[in-house]
Amino acid sequence: MQAFSSPEPIRLQLDPPRLVTAAPLLSARGLQRRYGSIVALRDVDLDVYPGEVLGIVGESGSGKSTLLRLLNLEEPSDGGTYSLAVAEFAGRNLFELDRFQRRQMRVRHIGIVYQHPHLGLRMSTTSGGNVADRLILAGERSFNRLREAARDALNASEFPLGRIDDLPRHLSGGMQQRVQLAKAIALKPALLLLDEPTSGLDVSVQARVLDTLKRLQREIRVTTIIVSHDLGVIRTLSDRVIVMRRGRVVESGLADQVLDDPQHAYTQQLVHAKL
Amino acid sequence: MTLSELCAPAQDYSYAFLDAFAKRELRRRILKSIAIPGYQVPYASRELPIARGWGTGGLQVTLSLVGPRDTVKVIDQGDDQSVNAANLRRFIARMSGVDTTIDTLAATLIQSRHRVPEEILHEGQILVLQVPDPEPLRRATPSMTIAREMHADADYAVMWLNLYEQIVRYGEFTGGASYPVLVNNRYVMSPSPIPRWDNPKLHQAAHLTLLSAGREKRLYAVPPYTDVRPLEFEDVFFKIESQHGRRDRLTGATHKFMDEIAQADGGSTYSLSDTGYQDKLVRRQNGEDVALGATYYDDFGDFYHAGFLKS
Repeated sequence: MQAFSSPEPIRLQLDPPRLVTAAPLLSARGLQRRYGSIVALRDVDLDVYPGEVLGIVGESGSGKSTLLRLLNLEEPSDGGTYSLAVAEFAGRNLFELDRFQRRQMRVRHIGIVYQHPHLGLRMSTTSGGNVADRLILAGERSFNRLREAARDALNASEFPLGRIDDLPRHLSGGMQQRVQLAKAIALKPALLLLDEPTSGLDVSVQARVLDTLKRLQREIRVTTIIVSHDLGVIRTLSDRVIVMRRGRVVESGLADQVLDDPQHAYTQQLVHAKL
Repeated sequence: MTLSELCAPAQDYSYAFLDAFAKRELRRRILKSIAIPGYQVPYASRELPIARGWGTGGLQVTLSLVGPRDTVKVIDQGDDQSVNAANLRRFIARMSGVDTTIDTLAATLIQSRHRVPEEILHEGQILVLQVPDPEPLRRATPSMTIAREMHADADYAVMWLNLYEQIVRYGEFTGGASYPVLVNNRYVMSPSPIPRWDNPKLHQAAHLTLLSAGREKRLYAVPPYTDVRPLEFEDVFFKIESQHGRRDRLTGATHKFMDEIAQADGGSTYSLSDTGYQDKLVRRQNGEDVALGATYYDDFGDFYHAGFLKS
Protein backbone atom coordinates (compact mmCIF):
# COMPACT_ATOMS: atom_id res chain seq x y z
CA MET A 1 0.00 0.00 0.00
CA GLN A 2 2.71 2.37 1.00
CA ALA A 3 4.53 2.02 -2.26
CA PHE A 4 1.63 3.63 -4.10
CA SER A 5 1.04 6.55 -1.80
CA SER A 6 2.51 9.90 -2.71
CA PRO A 7 5.61 11.03 -0.79
CA GLU A 8 4.96 12.99 2.38
CA PRO A 9 5.24 16.75 1.84
CA ILE A 10 8.19 18.19 3.75
CA ARG A 11 7.06 20.25 6.69
CA LEU A 12 9.02 22.49 8.99
CA GLN A 13 9.30 20.84 12.39
CA LEU A 14 8.23 23.62 14.70
CA ASP A 15 7.25 23.14 18.29
CA PRO A 16 3.69 24.24 18.79
CA PRO A 17 3.38 27.10 21.25
CA ARG A 18 3.60 26.05 24.89
CA LEU A 19 0.27 27.61 25.77
CA VAL A 20 -1.40 25.29 23.28
CA THR A 21 0.19 22.01 24.30
CA ALA A 22 0.93 22.29 27.99
CA ALA A 23 -1.71 21.85 30.62
CA PRO A 24 -1.76 24.74 33.06
CA LEU A 25 0.23 24.18 36.25
CA LEU A 26 -2.05 26.42 38.21
CA SER A 27 -5.71 26.66 37.56
CA ALA A 28 -8.10 28.75 39.64
CA ARG A 29 -11.77 29.42 38.99
CA GLY A 30 -14.16 31.85 40.56
CA LEU A 31 -11.99 32.93 43.49
CA GLN A 32 -13.93 34.97 46.03
CA ARG A 33 -12.81 36.73 49.17
CA ARG A 34 -14.75 39.04 51.44
CA TYR A 35 -13.67 40.89 54.56
CA GLY A 36 -16.93 41.89 56.21
CA SER A 37 -18.68 44.18 53.75
CA ILE A 38 -15.55 44.68 51.66
CA VAL A 39 -15.24 42.44 48.64
CA ALA A 40 -11.54 41.91 48.02
CA LEU A 41 -11.85 39.38 45.20
CA ARG A 42 -14.78 38.61 42.98
CA ASP A 43 -14.79 35.79 40.46
CA VAL A 44 -11.12 35.76 39.60
CA ASP A 45 -10.11 33.07 37.11
CA LEU A 46 -6.45 32.28 36.63
CA ASP A 47 -4.38 29.86 34.55
CA VAL A 48 -0.62 29.76 34.77
CA TYR A 49 1.44 27.48 32.56
CA PRO A 50 4.62 25.64 33.55
CA GLY A 51 7.70 27.84 33.42
CA GLU A 52 5.70 30.98 32.82
CA VAL A 53 5.95 34.26 34.72
CA LEU A 54 2.63 35.92 35.33
CA GLY A 55 2.59 39.54 36.47
CA ILE A 56 -0.29 40.95 38.44
CA VAL A 57 -0.62 44.73 38.40
CA GLY A 58 -3.12 47.09 39.91
CA GLU A 59 -3.39 49.92 42.37
CA SER A 60 -3.34 49.50 46.13
CA GLY A 61 -6.51 47.79 47.33
CA SER A 62 -7.20 46.10 44.02
CA GLY A 63 -6.93 42.61 45.55
CA LYS A 64 -3.45 41.66 44.34
CA SER A 65 -2.08 40.70 47.69
CA THR A 66 -5.28 38.97 48.76
CA LEU A 67 -5.09 36.87 45.61
CA LEU A 68 -1.52 35.94 46.45
CA ARG A 69 -2.41 34.99 50.00
CA LEU A 70 -5.17 32.74 48.68
CA LEU A 71 -2.77 31.11 46.23
CA ASN A 72 -0.29 30.60 49.08
CA LEU A 73 -3.09 28.87 51.06
CA GLU A 74 -2.60 31.34 53.88
CA GLU A 75 -6.26 32.29 53.88
CA PRO A 76 -9.40 30.33 53.12
CA SER A 77 -11.37 31.27 50.04
CA ASP A 78 -15.03 32.24 50.20
CA GLY A 79 -15.67 30.37 46.97
CA GLY A 80 -14.06 28.93 43.89
CA THR A 81 -11.54 26.22 43.20
CA TYR A 82 -7.76 26.20 43.01
CA SER A 83 -5.60 23.34 41.82
CA LEU A 84 -1.92 22.83 41.14
CA ALA A 85 -0.66 20.06 38.87
CA VAL A 86 1.84 18.55 41.33
CA ALA A 87 2.17 14.84 41.93
CA GLU A 88 0.22 14.04 45.06
CA PHE A 89 -2.44 16.75 44.93
CA ALA A 90 -3.07 17.06 41.16
CA GLY A 91 -6.69 17.73 40.30
CA ARG A 92 -7.73 18.41 43.88
CA ASN A 93 -9.26 21.63 45.08
CA LEU A 94 -6.53 22.91 47.38
CA PHE A 95 -9.01 24.95 49.41
CA GLU A 96 -10.44 21.66 50.67
CA LEU A 97 -7.18 20.28 52.04
CA ASP A 98 -6.92 19.78 55.77
CA ARG A 99 -4.39 21.68 57.87
CA PHE A 100 -1.74 18.99 57.60
CA GLN A 101 -1.98 18.59 53.84
CA ARG A 102 -2.03 22.34 53.39
CA ARG A 103 1.25 22.55 55.26
CA GLN A 104 2.74 19.78 53.10
CA MET A 105 1.64 21.66 50.02
CA ARG A 106 3.12 24.95 51.17
CA VAL A 107 6.40 23.41 52.27
CA ARG A 108 6.97 21.25 49.22
CA HIS A 109 5.44 23.09 46.31
CA ILE A 110 4.96 26.80 46.99
CA GLY A 111 7.66 29.37 47.72
CA ILE A 112 6.87 32.95 48.59
CA VAL A 113 8.79 36.20 48.95
CA TYR A 114 6.97 38.94 50.86
CA GLN A 115 7.46 42.66 50.57
CA HIS A 116 8.16 42.79 54.32
CA PRO A 117 10.91 40.35 55.33
CA HIS A 118 9.33 40.11 58.80
CA LEU A 119 6.50 38.08 57.32
CA GLY A 120 8.74 35.53 55.68
CA LEU A 121 11.76 35.28 57.96
CA ARG A 122 12.48 34.48 61.57
CA MET A 123 14.36 37.59 62.55
CA SER A 124 16.24 36.00 65.45
CA THR A 125 17.33 32.91 63.53
CA THR A 126 20.44 33.04 61.35
CA SER A 127 20.07 33.45 57.59
CA GLY A 128 21.25 29.89 57.03
CA GLY A 129 18.81 28.70 59.67
CA ASN A 130 15.95 30.46 57.92
CA VAL A 131 16.69 28.56 54.73
CA ALA A 132 17.32 25.30 56.61
CA ASP A 133 13.93 25.73 58.31
CA ARG A 134 12.14 24.82 55.12
CA LEU A 135 14.28 21.71 54.59
CA ILE A 136 13.73 20.63 58.19
CA LEU A 137 9.99 21.02 57.64
CA ALA A 138 10.37 18.69 54.67
CA GLY A 139 12.01 16.10 56.91
CA GLU A 140 15.76 16.61 56.47
CA ARG A 141 17.55 15.61 59.68
CA SER A 142 21.22 15.73 58.72
CA PHE A 143 23.08 18.82 59.90
CA ASN A 144 25.69 18.70 57.16
CA ARG A 145 23.14 18.27 54.40
CA LEU A 146 21.08 21.13 55.84
CA ARG A 147 24.14 23.32 55.90
CA GLU A 148 25.05 22.37 52.34
CA ALA A 149 21.56 22.98 51.00
CA ALA A 150 21.24 26.31 52.80
CA ARG A 151 24.59 27.36 51.33
CA ASP A 152 23.54 26.31 47.82
CA ALA A 153 20.23 28.13 47.98
CA LEU A 154 21.77 31.30 49.40
CA ASN A 155 24.45 31.14 46.74
CA ALA A 156 21.83 30.79 44.02
CA SER A 157 20.13 33.95 45.25
CA GLU A 158 23.53 35.71 45.27
CA PHE A 159 23.63 36.19 49.01
CA PRO A 160 27.17 36.86 50.33
CA LEU A 161 28.04 33.53 51.99
CA GLY A 162 30.30 35.19 54.53
CA ARG A 163 27.16 36.39 56.28
CA ILE A 164 25.34 33.05 56.33
CA ASP A 165 25.40 33.00 60.14
CA ASP A 166 24.20 36.57 60.61
CA LEU A 167 20.72 37.37 61.85
CA PRO A 168 18.37 38.85 59.23
CA ARG A 169 17.77 41.87 61.42
CA HIS A 170 21.45 42.73 61.01
CA LEU A 171 21.22 42.58 57.21
CA SER A 172 20.31 45.24 54.66
CA GLY A 173 16.90 45.19 52.99
CA GLY A 174 18.26 43.77 49.75
CA MET A 175 20.04 40.96 51.56
CA GLN A 176 16.92 40.15 53.54
CA GLN A 177 15.03 39.75 50.29
CA ARG A 178 17.76 37.43 49.02
CA VAL A 179 17.40 35.30 52.15
CA GLN A 180 13.66 35.13 51.56
CA LEU A 181 14.28 34.17 47.97
CA ALA A 182 16.76 31.46 48.98
CA LYS A 183 14.23 30.10 51.45
CA ALA A 184 11.53 30.12 48.78
CA ILE A 185 13.57 28.23 46.19
CA ALA A 186 15.43 25.89 48.58
CA LEU A 187 13.16 22.95 47.76
CA LYS A 188 12.68 23.79 44.06
CA PRO A 189 8.98 24.61 44.39
CA ALA A 190 6.48 24.18 41.58
CA LEU A 191 5.17 27.68 42.16
CA LEU A 192 7.04 30.81 43.25
CA LEU A 193 5.00 33.76 44.52
CA LEU A 194 6.60 37.18 44.69
CA ASP A 195 4.66 39.86 46.55
CA GLU A 196 6.21 43.23 45.74
CA PRO A 197 9.67 41.70 46.20
CA THR A 198 11.59 44.87 45.44
CA SER A 199 9.22 47.61 46.57
CA GLY A 200 11.05 48.50 49.76
CA LEU A 201 14.46 48.75 48.10
CA ASP A 202 16.27 51.66 46.53
CA VAL A 203 16.63 51.72 42.79
CA SER A 204 20.16 50.31 42.43
CA VAL A 205 19.55 47.45 44.86
CA GLN A 206 16.20 46.86 43.19
CA ALA A 207 17.94 46.47 39.85
CA ARG A 208 20.39 43.91 41.26
CA VAL A 209 17.63 41.88 42.92
CA LEU A 210 15.70 41.94 39.65
CA ASP A 211 18.82 40.67 37.86
CA THR A 212 18.97 37.77 40.29
CA LEU A 213 15.31 36.97 39.80
CA LYS A 214 15.74 37.09 36.04
CA ARG A 215 18.76 34.79 36.15
CA LEU A 216 17.04 32.33 38.46
CA GLN A 217 14.04 32.33 36.17
CA ARG A 218 16.30 31.43 33.26
CA GLU A 219 18.11 28.73 35.19
CA ILE A 220 15.44 26.88 37.10
CA ARG A 221 12.35 27.74 35.03
CA VAL A 222 10.09 27.85 38.04
CA THR A 223 6.53 28.98 37.42
CA THR A 224 6.24 32.41 38.98
CA ILE A 225 3.53 34.85 39.88
CA ILE A 226 4.76 38.33 40.63
CA VAL A 227 2.64 41.04 42.15
CA SER A 228 3.78 44.61 41.83
CA HIS A 229 2.48 48.11 41.39
CA ASP A 230 5.73 48.92 39.57
CA LEU A 231 5.17 48.38 35.87
CA GLY A 232 8.92 48.43 35.25
CA VAL A 233 9.38 45.35 37.42
CA ILE A 234 6.47 43.62 35.70
CA ARG A 235 7.80 44.45 32.26
CA THR A 236 11.27 43.16 33.13
CA LEU A 237 10.16 39.84 34.50
CA SER A 238 6.81 38.69 33.23
CA ASP A 239 5.64 36.90 30.11
CA ARG A 240 1.98 37.55 30.69
CA VAL A 241 0.14 40.18 32.70
CA ILE A 242 -3.23 40.50 34.32
CA VAL A 243 -4.55 43.84 35.47
CA MET A 244 -6.72 43.95 38.57
CA ARG A 245 -9.08 46.57 39.83
CA ARG A 246 -11.53 46.40 42.72
CA GLY A 247 -11.12 42.66 43.03
CA ARG A 248 -11.70 41.88 39.37
CA VAL A 249 -9.41 41.07 36.47
CA VAL A 250 -10.04 43.88 33.97
CA GLU A 251 -7.48 42.96 31.34
CA SER A 252 -5.05 40.17 30.58
CA GLY A 253 -2.62 39.31 27.84
CA LEU A 254 1.04 39.13 26.88
CA ALA A 255 3.14 41.58 28.83
CA ASP A 256 4.22 43.71 25.86
CA GLN A 257 0.72 43.72 24.45
CA VAL A 258 -0.94 44.89 27.65
CA LEU A 259 1.71 47.40 28.60
CA ASP A 260 2.25 48.88 25.12
CA ASP A 261 -1.29 48.74 23.82
CA PRO A 262 -3.66 48.78 26.79
CA GLN A 263 -7.31 48.32 25.88
CA HIS A 264 -9.14 48.88 29.14
CA ALA A 265 -9.54 52.47 30.28
CA TYR A 266 -8.09 51.68 33.70
CA THR A 267 -5.02 49.99 32.22
CA GLN A 268 -4.46 52.96 29.94
CA GLN A 269 -4.57 55.22 32.94
CA LEU A 270 -2.17 52.95 34.82
CA VAL A 271 0.33 52.75 31.98
CA HIS A 272 0.27 56.47 31.33
CA ALA A 273 0.68 57.27 35.00
CA LYS A 274 4.06 55.61 34.68
CA LEU A 275 6.71 58.16 33.83
CA MET B 1 -24.24 -2.43 118.44
CA THR B 2 -24.37 1.26 117.70
CA LEU B 3 -24.11 3.12 114.45
CA SER B 4 -20.85 4.75 115.49
CA GLU B 5 -19.24 1.35 115.98
CA LEU B 6 -20.16 0.35 112.43
CA CYS B 7 -18.74 3.53 110.91
CA ALA B 8 -15.12 4.09 110.13
CA PRO B 9 -13.51 6.19 112.84
CA ALA B 10 -13.73 9.89 112.13
CA GLN B 11 -10.54 11.44 110.76
CA ASP B 12 -9.49 15.01 110.22
CA TYR B 13 -8.15 14.28 106.75
CA SER B 14 -8.83 11.73 104.02
CA TYR B 15 -6.24 9.00 103.65
CA ALA B 16 -3.28 10.56 101.85
CA PHE B 17 -4.78 14.05 102.21
CA LEU B 18 -6.59 14.26 98.85
CA ASP B 19 -10.33 13.63 98.84
CA ALA B 20 -11.78 10.77 96.81
CA PHE B 21 -12.84 13.00 93.92
CA ALA B 22 -9.38 14.50 93.52
CA LYS B 23 -7.82 11.04 93.57
CA ARG B 24 -10.26 9.69 91.02
CA GLU B 25 -9.56 12.65 88.74
CA LEU B 26 -5.81 12.11 89.01
CA ARG B 27 -5.95 8.36 88.54
CA ARG B 28 -8.09 8.72 85.42
CA ARG B 29 -5.71 11.28 83.96
CA ILE B 30 -2.73 9.10 84.84
CA LEU B 31 -4.30 6.15 83.01
CA LYS B 32 -4.90 8.34 80.00
CA SER B 33 -1.34 9.66 80.04
CA ILE B 34 0.00 6.10 80.17
CA ALA B 35 -2.20 5.18 77.23
CA ILE B 36 -0.75 8.02 75.13
CA PRO B 37 2.98 8.12 75.99
CA GLY B 38 4.36 11.64 76.07
CA TYR B 39 1.00 13.35 75.57
CA GLN B 40 0.24 16.14 78.05
CA VAL B 41 -3.08 15.40 79.73
CA PRO B 42 -4.78 18.36 81.38
CA TYR B 43 -6.08 17.71 84.90
CA ALA B 44 -7.84 19.47 87.74
CA SER B 45 -4.90 20.39 89.92
CA ARG B 46 -5.82 20.79 93.62
CA GLU B 47 -4.61 23.21 96.20
CA LEU B 48 -2.16 21.61 98.62
CA PRO B 49 -0.58 22.87 101.85
CA ILE B 50 2.54 23.80 99.85
CA ALA B 51 2.84 26.55 97.29
CA ARG B 52 2.58 25.99 93.55
CA GLY B 53 6.04 25.56 92.13
CA TRP B 54 7.29 23.52 95.07
CA GLY B 55 6.33 20.16 93.65
CA THR B 56 2.54 20.22 93.90
CA GLY B 57 2.20 18.34 90.62
CA GLY B 58 4.44 15.50 91.72
CA LEU B 59 2.92 15.49 95.20
CA GLN B 60 -0.63 15.10 93.90
CA VAL B 61 0.41 12.15 91.75
CA THR B 62 2.25 10.57 94.69
CA LEU B 63 -0.69 11.08 97.05
CA SER B 64 -3.18 9.63 94.57
CA LEU B 65 -1.04 6.51 94.07
CA VAL B 66 0.35 5.84 97.53
CA GLY B 67 -1.06 2.94 99.57
CA PRO B 68 -0.30 1.50 103.01
CA ARG B 69 2.11 -1.12 101.65
CA ASP B 70 4.22 1.33 99.63
CA THR B 71 7.71 2.50 100.48
CA VAL B 72 8.35 6.08 99.48
CA LYS B 73 11.59 7.86 98.60
CA VAL B 74 11.71 11.58 97.91
CA ILE B 75 14.69 13.30 96.32
CA ASP B 76 15.46 16.87 95.42
CA GLN B 77 18.34 17.39 92.96
CA GLY B 78 19.53 13.90 93.92
CA ASP B 79 19.55 14.72 97.61
CA ASP B 80 17.27 12.94 100.10
CA GLN B 81 17.91 15.40 102.92
CA SER B 82 17.32 18.80 101.33
CA VAL B 83 14.56 20.90 102.87
CA ASN B 84 12.11 20.35 100.06
CA ALA B 85 12.63 16.59 99.97
CA ALA B 86 12.48 16.23 103.75
CA ASN B 87 9.26 18.23 104.02
CA LEU B 88 7.52 16.35 101.23
CA ARG B 89 8.63 13.00 102.66
CA ARG B 90 7.34 13.87 106.13
CA PHE B 91 4.03 15.11 104.71
CA ILE B 92 3.50 11.97 102.61
CA ALA B 93 4.40 9.70 105.53
CA ARG B 94 2.13 11.51 107.98
CA MET B 95 -0.82 11.53 105.61
CA SER B 96 -0.54 7.93 104.46
CA GLY B 97 1.40 6.08 107.13
CA VAL B 98 3.87 4.59 104.62
CA ASP B 99 7.46 3.61 105.27
CA THR B 100 10.07 5.91 103.81
CA THR B 101 13.54 5.04 102.62
CA ILE B 102 16.55 6.55 100.97
CA ASP B 103 17.43 3.26 99.26
CA THR B 104 16.41 3.40 95.60
CA LEU B 105 16.08 -0.37 95.38
CA ALA B 106 13.74 -0.60 98.38
CA ALA B 107 11.35 2.14 97.25
CA THR B 108 8.16 1.39 95.34
CA LEU B 109 7.31 5.03 94.74
CA ILE B 110 9.98 7.67 94.14
CA GLN B 111 9.11 11.33 93.90
CA SER B 112 11.96 13.31 92.44
CA ARG B 113 12.88 16.82 91.52
CA HIS B 114 15.40 17.08 88.68
CA ARG B 115 17.15 13.70 88.96
CA VAL B 116 16.70 10.06 88.04
CA PRO B 117 18.57 7.80 90.53
CA GLU B 118 21.85 6.22 89.44
CA GLU B 119 20.77 2.65 90.21
CA ILE B 120 18.64 1.00 87.53
CA LEU B 121 14.98 1.10 88.52
CA HIS B 122 13.16 -2.20 88.18
CA GLU B 123 9.71 -3.29 87.11
CA GLY B 124 6.93 -2.24 89.42
CA GLN B 125 8.66 0.92 90.61
CA ILE B 126 7.11 4.29 89.84
CA LEU B 127 9.18 7.44 89.37
CA VAL B 128 7.22 10.69 89.81
CA LEU B 129 8.97 13.75 88.45
CA GLN B 130 8.03 17.30 89.40
CA VAL B 131 7.71 19.49 86.32
CA PRO B 132 7.91 23.29 86.31
CA ASP B 133 7.22 23.74 82.60
CA PRO B 134 5.66 20.83 80.71
CA GLU B 135 5.65 22.45 77.26
CA PRO B 136 8.79 21.73 75.18
CA LEU B 137 7.52 24.10 72.47
CA ARG B 138 7.23 27.03 74.85
CA ARG B 139 10.31 28.73 73.49
CA ALA B 140 9.20 28.14 69.93
CA THR B 141 5.77 29.66 70.33
CA PRO B 142 4.28 31.71 73.15
CA SER B 143 0.77 30.54 72.24
CA MET B 144 -0.38 27.33 73.90
CA THR B 145 -3.13 26.96 71.30
CA ILE B 146 -0.58 26.89 68.52
CA ALA B 147 1.70 24.60 70.54
CA ARG B 148 -1.13 22.09 70.91
CA GLU B 149 -1.80 22.25 67.18
CA MET B 150 1.87 21.57 66.55
CA HIS B 151 1.75 18.55 68.85
CA ALA B 152 -1.35 17.31 67.07
CA ASP B 153 0.37 17.61 63.69
CA ALA B 154 3.68 16.27 65.06
CA ASP B 155 5.10 19.48 63.60
CA TYR B 156 8.39 19.59 65.48
CA ALA B 157 10.60 21.16 62.80
CA VAL B 158 11.18 24.18 64.99
CA MET B 159 12.92 22.00 67.60
CA TRP B 160 15.46 20.88 65.03
CA LEU B 161 15.83 24.44 63.82
CA ASN B 162 16.77 25.30 67.41
CA LEU B 163 19.41 22.56 67.40
CA TYR B 164 20.74 23.83 64.07
CA GLU B 165 21.07 27.33 65.52
CA GLN B 166 22.86 26.03 68.60
CA ILE B 167 25.46 24.22 66.51
CA VAL B 168 25.95 27.19 64.21
CA ARG B 169 26.36 29.66 67.05
CA TYR B 170 28.05 27.62 69.75
CA GLY B 171 29.42 24.56 67.97
CA GLU B 172 27.42 22.13 70.11
CA PHE B 173 23.99 21.53 71.62
CA THR B 174 23.60 24.00 74.46
CA GLY B 175 20.41 22.59 75.99
CA GLY B 176 21.33 21.56 79.53
CA ALA B 177 18.55 20.42 81.81
CA SER B 178 15.18 19.56 80.28
CA TYR B 179 16.65 18.45 76.96
CA PRO B 180 13.67 17.56 74.72
CA VAL B 181 13.00 13.92 73.88
CA LEU B 182 10.80 12.13 71.36
CA VAL B 183 8.59 9.58 73.12
CA ASN B 184 7.40 6.45 71.34
CA ASN B 185 8.23 8.11 68.02
CA ARG B 186 5.29 10.47 68.38
CA TYR B 187 5.30 13.23 70.97
CA VAL B 188 8.15 15.58 71.81
CA MET B 189 8.27 15.81 75.58
CA SER B 190 10.10 17.87 78.14
CA PRO B 191 11.59 15.34 80.57
CA SER B 192 11.46 17.95 83.39
CA PRO B 193 14.75 19.64 84.25
CA ILE B 194 16.78 16.44 84.67
CA PRO B 195 20.37 16.79 83.42
CA ARG B 196 21.22 15.34 80.01
CA TRP B 197 23.02 12.60 81.96
CA ASP B 198 19.62 11.28 83.13
CA ASN B 199 17.92 11.71 79.78
CA PRO B 200 18.83 8.29 78.28
CA LYS B 201 17.71 6.52 81.47
CA LEU B 202 14.10 6.95 80.38
CA HIS B 203 14.65 4.95 77.19
CA GLN B 204 13.21 1.41 77.36
CA ALA B 205 13.12 1.71 81.14
CA ALA B 206 11.56 -1.07 83.21
CA HIS B 207 9.83 1.37 85.54
CA LEU B 208 6.92 3.73 84.98
CA THR B 209 7.74 7.45 84.86
CA LEU B 210 4.99 9.97 85.62
CA LEU B 211 5.63 13.68 85.11
CA SER B 212 3.28 16.20 86.57
CA ALA B 213 3.12 20.00 86.60
CA GLY B 214 0.78 21.28 89.31
CA ARG B 215 0.77 24.94 88.36
CA GLU B 216 0.43 24.24 84.63
CA LYS B 217 -2.10 21.45 85.32
CA ARG B 218 -0.59 18.96 82.88
CA LEU B 219 0.61 15.42 83.44
CA TYR B 220 2.28 12.99 81.09
CA ALA B 221 3.94 9.62 81.30
CA VAL B 222 6.58 7.31 79.94
CA PRO B 223 5.22 3.75 80.33
CA PRO B 224 7.68 0.89 80.93
CA TYR B 225 9.66 -0.26 77.88
CA THR B 226 8.92 2.78 75.73
CA ASP B 227 11.32 4.36 73.26
CA VAL B 228 12.55 7.74 74.47
CA ARG B 229 15.09 9.36 72.21
CA PRO B 230 16.76 12.75 72.64
CA LEU B 231 16.40 15.05 69.63
CA GLU B 232 19.56 14.96 67.56
CA PHE B 233 20.73 15.14 63.96
CA GLU B 234 21.66 12.11 61.90
CA ASP B 235 25.25 13.33 61.91
CA VAL B 236 25.52 15.44 65.06
CA PHE B 237 24.65 13.49 68.17
CA PHE B 238 23.18 14.18 71.57
CA LYS B 239 25.86 14.10 74.28
CA ILE B 240 25.63 13.61 78.02
CA GLU B 241 27.57 15.85 80.39
CA SER B 242 31.10 14.50 80.64
CA GLN B 243 31.95 13.31 84.15
CA HIS B 244 35.44 12.43 83.00
CA GLY B 245 38.15 12.89 85.63
CA ARG B 246 35.64 13.51 88.42
CA ARG B 247 35.92 11.38 91.53
CA ASP B 248 33.54 11.32 94.49
CA ARG B 249 35.29 12.87 97.50
CA LEU B 250 33.86 10.31 99.97
CA THR B 251 33.93 7.03 98.07
CA GLY B 252 36.16 7.58 95.05
CA ALA B 253 33.33 6.53 92.75
CA THR B 254 33.64 7.64 89.12
CA HIS B 255 31.37 7.98 86.08
CA LYS B 256 28.28 9.03 88.02
CA PHE B 257 26.64 12.43 87.98
CA MET B 258 28.63 14.71 90.29
CA ASP B 259 27.96 17.98 92.10
CA GLU B 260 30.86 20.37 91.92
CA ILE B 261 31.91 21.86 95.25
CA ALA B 262 34.03 24.98 95.03
CA GLN B 263 37.02 25.11 97.34
CA ALA B 264 38.67 28.01 99.10
CA ASP B 265 41.83 27.58 97.02
CA GLY B 266 39.88 28.12 93.79
CA GLY B 267 39.79 24.45 92.81
CA SER B 268 36.85 22.14 93.18
CA THR B 269 36.03 18.72 94.53
CA TYR B 270 33.17 16.53 93.48
CA SER B 271 30.47 14.73 95.34
CA LEU B 272 27.90 12.21 94.06
CA SER B 273 24.68 14.00 93.29
CA ASP B 274 22.65 10.90 94.19
CA THR B 275 23.16 10.93 97.99
CA GLY B 276 21.18 7.72 98.55
CA TYR B 277 23.65 5.87 96.36
CA GLN B 278 26.59 7.62 97.98
CA ASP B 279 25.31 6.60 101.40
CA LYS B 280 25.19 2.94 100.36
CA LEU B 281 28.72 3.11 98.93
CA VAL B 282 30.02 4.60 102.19
CA ARG B 283 28.31 1.96 104.29
CA ARG B 284 29.70 -0.81 102.15
CA GLN B 285 33.20 0.63 102.52
CA ASN B 286 32.65 0.54 106.26
CA GLY B 287 32.08 -3.19 106.04
CA GLU B 288 28.29 -3.26 106.17
CA ASP B 289 26.43 -5.76 104.01
CA VAL B 290 24.60 -3.42 101.61
CA ALA B 291 22.86 -4.51 98.44
CA LEU B 292 24.09 -2.32 95.59
CA GLY B 293 22.06 -2.34 92.39
CA ALA B 294 23.49 -2.16 88.89
CA THR B 295 23.80 1.42 87.68
CA TYR B 296 22.73 2.94 84.35
CA TYR B 297 26.33 3.92 83.64
CA ASP B 298 28.99 1.36 84.56
CA ASP B 299 32.39 2.16 86.11
CA PHE B 300 33.81 2.94 82.66
CA GLY B 301 31.04 5.40 81.85
CA ASP B 302 29.29 3.08 79.39
CA PHE B 303 25.51 3.28 79.25
CA TYR B 304 23.61 0.04 79.89
CA HIS B 305 21.80 0.12 76.52
CA ALA B 306 24.83 -0.40 74.30
CA GLY B 307 24.74 1.80 71.20
CA PHE B 308 22.01 4.12 72.46
CA LEU B 309 24.43 6.98 72.91
CA LYS B 310 26.11 7.46 69.55
CA SER B 311 29.55 8.89 69.24
